[in-house]
Amino acid sequence: MTTTKMSYDEALDRFEPVLGLETHVELGTASKMFCGCRTMFGAPPNTQVCPTCLALPGSLPVANAQAIESTIRIGLALNCSIAEWCRFARKNYFYPDMPKNYQISQYDEPLCFDGYIDVEVDGETVRIEIERVHLEEDTGKSTHVGGATGRIHGADYSIVDYNRAGIPLVEIVTKPIPGADRLAPEVARAYVTELREIMRSLGVSDVRMEEGSLRCDVNVSLMPRGSSEWGTRTETKNVNSLRSVERAVRSEIERQGAVLADGGRIVQETRHFHEDTGTTTSGRSKEEAQDYRYFPEPDLVPIAPDPAWVAELKAALPELPSVKRKRLQAEWGLSDLDMQAMHNADAIDLVEATVAAGAPAADARKWWMGELARRANESGTALAELPITPAHIARVTELVASGALNDKLAREVLEGVLNGEGTPDEVVDKRGLKIVNDEGELSAIIDEVLAANADAAEKVRSGKIAAVGALVGGVMKASRGKADAARARVLILEKLGVSE
Amino acid sequence: MSLIQKSAAELGALVAAGEVSAVEVAEAHLDRIAEVEPKINAFLHVDREVTLGQARAVDERLRSGERLGPLAGVPIAHKDIFTTRDMPTTAASRILEGWRPPYDATVTRRLREAGLVILGKTNLDEFAMGSSTENSAYGPTRNPWDLDKIPGGSSGGSSAAVAAYQAPLSTGTDTGGSIRQPAAVTGIVGMKPTYGGSSRYGLIAFASSLDTPGPFARNVLDAALLHEAFSGHDPLDSTSIDAPVPSVVEAARQGDVAGLRVGVVKEFGGEGFQPGVQARFNEAVALLESLGAKVVEISCPSFATALPAYYLIAPSECSSNLARFDAMRYGLRVGDDGTRSAEEVMALTRAAGFGPEVKRRIMLGTYALSSGYYDAYYGQAQKVRTVIAREFEAAYHQVDVLISPTTPTTAFPIGERADDPMAMYLADLCTIPSNLAGNAAISVPCGLADEDGLPVGLQIMAPVLGDDRCYRVAAAVEKALESRWGGPLLKEAPAL
Repeated sequence: MTTTKMSYDEALDRFEPVLGLETHVELGTASKMFCGCRTMFGAPPNTQVCPTCLALPGSLPVANAQAIESTIRIGLALNCSIAEWCRFARKNYFYPDMPKNYQISQYDEPLCFDGYIDVEVDGETVRIEIERVHLEEDTGKSTHVGGATGRIHGADYSIVDYNRAGIPLVEIVTKPIPGADRLAPEVARAYVTELREIMRSLGVSDVRMEEGSLRCDVNVSLMPRGSSEWGTRTETKNVNSLRSVERAVRSEIERQGAVLADGGRIVQETRHFHEDTGTTTSGRSKEEAQDYRYFPEPDLVPIAPDPAWVAELKAALPELPSVKRKRLQAEWGLSDLDMQAMHNADAIDLVEATVAAGAPAADARKWWMGELARRANESGTALAELPITPAHIARVTELVASGALNDKLAREVLEGVLNGEGTPDEVVDKRGLKIVNDEGELSAIIDEVLAANADAAEKVRSGKIAAVGALVGGVMKASRGKADAARARVLILEKLGVSE
Repeated sequence: MSLIQKSAAELGALVAAGEVSAVEVAEAHLDRIAEVEPKINAFLHVDREVTLGQARAVDERLRSGERLGPLAGVPIAHKDIFTTRDMPTTAASRILEGWRPPYDATVTRRLREAGLVILGKTNLDEFAMGSSTENSAYGPTRNPWDLDKIPGGSSGGSSAAVAAYQAPLSTGTDTGGSIRQPAAVTGIVGMKPTYGGSSRYGLIAFASSLDTPGPFARNVLDAALLHEAFSGHDPLDSTSIDAPVPSVVEAARQGDVAGLRVGVVKEFGGEGFQPGVQARFNEAVALLESLGAKVVEISCPSFATALPAYYLIAPSECSSNLARFDAMRYGLRVGDDGTRSAEEVMALTRAAGFGPEVKRRIMLGTYALSSGYYDAYYGQAQKVRTVIAREFEAAYHQVDVLISPTTPTTAFPIGERADDPMAMYLADLCTIPSNLAGNAAISVPCGLADEDGLPVGLQIMAPVLGDDRCYRVAAAVEKALESRWGGPLLKEAPAL
């Protein structure tokens, strides 16, 4: 195992990378792929199991129609052709977390094939071709206790949770992606990001990388500049975040570059990505390809989707994220940069929902990308995970527009909502955050401020209208932010006998 | 006539009329089992109390006015390859010794719903792999006609139990002939329904695309009644056919072959067939003609390739189906002393838990599915399977049923073929084609071979969902032969 690395730039000067991505998406169906067990994440171990997903003798699989429909919708969203007839196949290998010691998957007859998606990186559109999309079942989850690596070898013992066994899993495989060149890490990340959004817009999966409902294997190979013959590839597993996708590609390019520059040979193998160091280490060698003895699954009948039904599904697809982004950008009149920032912050859907709830786009964007993004960042949660809804934000913008709140008070209202103090209106009531609209009260405050700031008042009287800012500030301070600043300004100028 | 000699239809009628209770019927059969079991070894598990509990429950259901089918209160011997909640299920393998399933097979559930009373679980070749029941991990079953002979297999416990009057009915599974061949060599009726006509849910899989549950009985009508009781669409088995069960009981009552077109399979006769078997078969052909059937000879040359194709497809599927027996979740566990890895424990368990024939087939199947060999073996065998199915289809354009001897020979001596797998495999020569095509086929007794006085079976084959034709022809043959013999063939069997 070599850990020598070459700098990214040097590696890219000498070699050209070819990428390939295999993505597994756990479908969010209510029941498992081949039995009626529930699929709730985080249930106590081995409570969502039955004879079929435990592979008790005599049990049989029955395919989940909803999962087949979701897979076809995914295929259609990725511009794939849909098989008119295809079969499940058994992939045979022994492993303790796989109850049957074969996985029901698909082999040479995937449900969807030959598609593509376009992703944008640095203003450039890159087309990623999709080789196939197929349906299979997940395995159980092993936890290896003892030993240093958390892997089965060297562990004292292992425990297995079969709740995950049989959850429907869609595998999406790209064709090799040459030509990404220096942008390879970014292209890989953009592809997975786009896939994730497509899954979300289809509503087929919650695609949470941290919970493993979206998992990614990254294939990388290098070829010398000027060559057209692809090099030996490695497959990096355990890539559990978008950032890791990017880092894993980068790390493999640097490592392989060093090996090749040294006259070494890349070993075809599985590698494991380490979140802490951002590097990969060698896993199972694939030089002697494992023989999975695939054959058509005799316990299931072929899938033969009616073309008319597939056409209906296609017609009913939701607007896809890239199309939607372009539309919203035009509607909202935003620059590419602003839109990209919102995209990166996962704020587009939230802003859209806030606009749908009645807020102007600019205000919605300002709150989500400003105050709320800051708070999400502070608490280390995703924007969508904040305990506040687009409807709340829409209400706050409404209160500001009507003059009932100013920006400072609005921020306090948001803080109250985030603290769980209730809806914006409830927070306004409880905290007493209404702007001072009582002219008499405001007038009294202004008089106090003018008396206390005679110098500034004199400057304004003598025509230096800019000095009124300090007086308005004094009023805001004295009212503890509840005064309507614009109204206060008008009244101050009136009292000082100055007109603009 | 004692209760154990009565037919299932008669017993059902007596129980329904309240002339005898399900408990009394069960007791009579349990007594018979206790009496002759030391000679036969048909059962792997009998639990008198569990059985009598079931019988009492049936009596109670009848007393409360519940309408049950014609077999309510009739006892049955159940092949130990169907899961049962209240009895262990082992598939006659060490690897499942003592395993108690937490669920009932669909066939088991339907037996219970119809009010049948399960007497126990019958012996078989381990995981239904064999033609003699010698491959059971728990010792061979003996043929009631001659205790030194095999009762057929893999469902040999079920055939012997019915032939020995331990039960009027039993269940079997037929993957390559495992119902028809044991029925033939023990002088009883055994039916392989159309593949998908009876549910495989809870049937411990040998070869998924071939396994078919079916009935054993001492007469054709009883077999049809049992067939009807447990067959039909099951949403838990994706390969089960969503169509009404063919009207097999009506066909069994009809038993009329006038005008029926019958094809004699040319390839299944002559060399390799025991003269006594051939003689009885030829007489059956003449009998059918005399009953008004139009008999023609049909050549099915591809049937010669059925046996090799079967011995690639069935082992391939079994190599995968049996992978689940890995010591992790149930069954035998060997060598788990805290020093060995999961992989080592799996290997030690499988080495100790599977018998030699099972290992042979796992090896064969693993090889046939291997990369580089798949096309030449498994792929080629699937093509042969298609050719055979087409040849059947073509034949059924000319005739309504095809007939042949069920087996080339009568029951052979225990031990004779145990070390000669190829000779053993030949016992299923005539039965395998119907499995590969998924067709229906039945075996009905047609006499005793002159040279050894042992039963000979007539096989009647019909197209997919043509199960009723099998019963119609079998009933006609049975009626004519029993009137000639002056009673059922089994009355010729020696007393036990």
